[in-house]
Amino acid sequence: MRQYVIKRLLLVLPTLLIITLIVFALTRLIPGDVVELMFQEQGYAKDVAAMRAMLGLDRPLHLQYLSWLGEVLRGDFGTSLWTKNPVLEEILYRLPVTLELGIVAMVFAVSMAIPIGVLAAIRQDTLQDYAARSFAIGGLSIPNFWLATIAIVLPAYYFGWTPPIQFIKFADNPWGHLGQFLLPAFILGLSSGASVMRLTRAMMLEVLRQDYVRTAWSKGLQERVVVLKHALRNAIIPVITILGIQLAQVAGGTVIMESIFGLPGMGKFLFDALLQRDYPVVQGVNLLLASIIVMMNLVTDLTYAVIDPRIRYR
Amino acid sequence: MAQRVEQLTHPAAAAPRADKFSALRRAIRMARRKPLGAFGGLIILLMLIMAIFAESIAPFHYNKTHVRDRLKPPSATYILGTDNLGRDIFSRIVYGARISMIVSLSSVIIGIVLATVVGTTSGYFGGAFDILVQRVVDAWQAFPGLIVLLSIMAVVGSGIVNLTIALGVLVAAGTSRVIRSATLSVKEHTYIEAARAVGASHWHILLRYVLPNVMAPIIIAATVTLGFVILAEASLSFLGFGVPPPYPSWGLMLNGSGRVFMLRAPWMALWPGIAVSLAVFGFNMLGDALRDVLDPRLRGT
Repeated sequence: MRQYVIKRLLLVLPTLLIITLIVFALTRLIPGDVVELMFQEQGYAKDVAAMRAMLGLDRPLHLQYLSWLGEVLRGDFGTSLWTKNPVLEEILYRLPVTLELGIVAMVFAVSMAIPIGVLAAIRQDTLQDYAARSFAIGGLSIPNFWLATIAIVLPAYYFGWTPPIQFIKFADNPWGHLGQFLLPAFILGLSSGASVMRLTRAMMLEVLRQDYVRTAWSKGLQERVVVLKHALRNAIIPVITILGIQLAQVAGGTVIMESIFGLPGMGKFLFDALLQRDYPVVQGVNLLLASIIVMMNLVTDLTYAVIDPRIRYR
Repeated sequence: MAQRVEQLTHPAAAAPRADKFSALRRAIRMARRKPLGAFGGLIILLMLIMAIFAESIAPFHYNKTHVRDRLKPPSATYILGTDNLGRDIFSRIVYGARISMIVSLSSVIIGIVLATVVGTTSGYFGGAFDILVQRVVDAWQAFPGLIVLLSIMAVVGSGIVNLTIALGVLVAAGTSRVIRSATLSVKEHTYIEAARAVGASHWHILLRYVLPNVMAPIIIAATVTLGFVILAEASLSFLGFGVPPPYPSWGLMLNGSGRVFMLRAPWMALWPGIAVSLAVFGFNMLGDALRDVLDPRLRGT
């Protein structure tokens, strides 16, 4: 166990280092004429040379990287060109909104997907199974930005009702605050829910064919006990893995949902930064999200080792 | 008699014909067993026909404006209605299929080639090389797809070529994992050992023995990835960082004007959304059916 934990922890370091390299390389892809454009359009600096200096493009590449890495390790993510505030401060200020949206979306996804997936598996090839699978494929195929647009337009078209565009703070109106997350979170959760449901169904089908499940049945145990205690517990492990991947997907989806529903979170901030060519912010958001996801994956892997002894001894 | 002589002298000539025939029969049998997969395949076929013969199918050019007929509801002339500039929506959907298919097919080809090179070599050679390559894949996979795509497009500038390359590189990481694990199991087989024993080079083994045996997961991954890429292209174009106007990308049709005029002309937002959903649905269904048929371990699940 200890050896596994140490090995897993050691593997995280190079991954994080490569992430910083990718994020660093990202802004070095800026074509030269764009730097010129940045200084002309946005007026971030007084001339092109100052603009290049501002982006740190005026020094040799390896020095740029090393000094940037040093700053990042000290928690300095640079200054936003647009708001002139520290990037990390701006991100952390908006993070709670995004986290709330993401968590509510994941709760929706998991609480819909796992029961439906289990039901579809134990009633394989019945009408319920077909309905669940069609629903899942619908969730995977329908673009969430389209659903969101329709969800705003249809009520407006028929009932003259539009979701509030003004953001409601928790302190002002707790229920209104929570309520404004429900629709975007539900739409955001649909596609993740669909993937989770399909995997739950597939894993349950495989587990239900195992000998120990047959033994459980022949002992005369109740269906509830066999399905939930004997089958689901073993089927759930791969489902937990995919949750990590879904987390990244949900994080990406928040950009669209926050922009459409006017939620002032990190996704909306990133989108505005992209439009303003505020590259330090773009760098900061990418770096922070990727690092969070690496850490989440680490936690998932370590949790597994605790749940499933087979992983520890591999 | 003459026929028999011909068969004897050209045994190879007869073989492909029989093969082709059985392939067709296999396709029909598969369609009967997997009706949903066949349905998905049919949708894709229709999309491809729309993409290839757009000039003959669409009644108008995608940018032809009919100034008097702005925001017209569906009618005999404009089957799906017109947009705020008086452009025929049906024609734009048909040409949109071309954009969608070109971007998705070429980015998936880029992604799959990259993933195959990385996945097979990483799995086959193993050791320090594998550990290093897998850390790069780990790092690349940690970035939320849409966010890193948006960031790349914002930095390098929107455009079809940039978009295709960015999408290709993005999908390569996840796919290379699948191909690597398939390679790991193929590597253990005795025929690889036999090939090594007779002195075959690593590259020869990779090309002649490993690659054909990991073809099934590659095909499955490619089909499913196509659905994902279509969705990603539509999302990026919707946000204004994908296919630039005046090209009629489905995502772009839903963007800006589609939302502004939606109350007066809901059909402007309706059809492109349906087109995207159908295309993604088609590839997902086809991918599912292919997985069932090609991957015996997952058969029936």
